[in-house]
Amino acid sequence: MPETHAETVLEFEDVLLQFPEGDRPALDGISFALSAGHSCVIMGAAGSGKTVLLKTAVGLLKPDAGRVHLFGEEITGMTEKELFHLRAKVGILFQEGGLFDSLTIEENVAYPLVNQPGAHYPPEEVHRRVVEALRLVELERTLDKFPSELSGGMRRRVGIARANVTEPPLVLYDSPTAGLDPITAHTIMGFIIKERDTKNTTTVMVTHRYQDGNLLAKYRYNQVTGRLERATSGAGAAGPPTRFMVLRQGKLVFEGTQQELEASADSYVRKFLRSVGG
Amino acid sequence: MLDFLKPPVLAFQEFFLLAGRAFRNIFRKPHYFDDISLQMDLIGVGSLPIVALTGFFTGAIMALQMSRALNQYGAASTVGQIVSISLVREMGPVLSALLVAGRNASGIASELGSMKVTEQIDAMRALGTDPIQKLVTPRLIAMCIVLPLLVVIADFIGMIGGYLVACPLLKLTTATQYWSSAWRALEYNDIAQGLLKPFVFAVVISLVGCFYGIRTTGGTQGVGLATTRAVVVSSVWIFVLTFFIGKLFVSL
Ligand SMILES: Nc1ncnc2c1ncn2[C@@H]1O[C@H](COP(=O)(O)OP(=O)(O)OP(=O)(O)O)[C@@H](O)[C@H]1O
Ligand SMILES: [Mg+2]
Repeated sequence: MPETHAETVLEFEDVLLQFPEGDRPALDGISFALSAGHSCVIMGAAGSGKTVLLKTAVGLLKPDAGRVHLFGEEITGMTEKELFHLRAKVGILFQEGGLFDSLTIEENVAYPLVNQPGAHYPPEEVHRRVVEALRLVELERTLDKFPSELSGGMRRRVGIARANVTEPPLVLYDSPTAGLDPITAHTIMGFIIKERDTKNTTTVMVTHRYQDGNLLAKYRYNQVTGRLERATSGAGAAGPPTRFMVLRQGKLVFEGTQQELEASADSYVRKFLRSVGG
Repeated sequence: MLDFLKPPVLAFQEFFLLAGRAFRNIFRKPHYFDDISLQMDLIGVGSLPIVALTGFFTGAIMALQMSRALNQYGAASTVGQIVSISLVREMGPVLSALLVAGRNASGIASELGSMKVTEQIDAMRALGTDPIQKLVTPRLIAMCIVLPLLVVIADFIGMIGGYLVACPLLKLTTATQYWSSAWRALEYNDIAQGLLKPFVFAVVISLVGCFYGIRTTGGTQGVGLATTRAVVVSSVWIFVLTFFIGKLFVSL
């Protein structure tokens, strides 16, 4: 892995976003920067603005004030067409899935390969990549099924495959384990870590479970053994650095490392740490 | 002070923005022909039986109800003329449009609405597709092609319905007289009016359905609300617009 000077992939500068029907801003003065190759875990209560933050990051929502830089480019003034080119470098798993009901799993995963600007692959190449992406989440046998025929956990896995099929340098996961049983949630986290470590992607994950953040920070995928293992500090086997952010009612109330998070005295922040596992 | 006016005015403005973008996309690449033909099938073939049935009974009922009055004035031979003019000018376009609004404005709003709440529309934008180009424009084009055709069919079947009541059933007039008076009664003005209306209604039904669908918020409950609004608003606009188009043609 070439250790270049880490560039900033995503940067928020004092971002404010107010929905006309909302009584308080959904994002209120958010500033942070995320370096290439780092992981970022965003936590916060329901309605604290996590989803809005992710959507603002790729220009699906426009802030009322402040600036958003994606891959060094200021996106708040961009047209939708210009944004298409930048979004091609970002994979997204949506909270509600965002899989197209009318398309098969294969067509869903192939969608970014076929529709994103600059992606002109021959059909065999598309098929090969789709199968490969689905194999990574162990779903290569469901190509011809429709999303409605899969379980909730399987749909999430398809979403993960679709977010990663173009091998984008930045991947955003919105609540990948929400509403799943602990075993499936753990499997999903395994796939996310696997995607991150096989492709060295910058990963942003929204979650309300601290265990997930802990896994992302402490574990890495060993490509030799094909298993997750605890990242041991030193010996060059540490996972990528992980930042934690905590949102509360649209405000960023914490930003820092896991150690800093665990040492935080803020009662709101501490509530998220209750269910620490491992 | 006029704060209560702000939401409807904003909605109106947003509607016209959507309409503008949908129309502009007709001339822009990429064109989703598959989606257009799928929608034409869904709207046209799907609505054909109900539109034909309604057309038939509209014509039949009109002949039936007119028969006594016409007999009273000894004008029973003009039944064909009355049926054809009222069908082509008003009943055919308005009734077909109302049926299609009930069937398809709701269908469009609920389909796009559930796509919105499951973030499929966001996913589209994230994956390099303009949802207006992919979802709205094909529905607009399909509706504009299909609704006028449905209306022509409804008009014709309605005349057959009127004929069956007027001639075999009530013996008001002869078949030749019915059809020739029906045919001769129609002027260019009537036909222009009868074809302009379904075209305008098609724009209203498809865009209102898409508009409420795309604006859906608040989960599955929101989808139900969007569907209801789409049907109510498009039906009301059909009545308002048919009045104004009628007025335009009367003063011509
Ligand atoms: N399209 C919208 N229109 C109006 N208000 C919205 C919209 N989307 C989000 N909001 C509001 O913005 C706030 C933040 O919402 P957001 O979806 O980001 O929450 P979240 O942190 O993702 O919560 P959850 O954990 O439930 O997913 C909420 O108060 C919500 O009501
Ligand atoms: Mg959310």
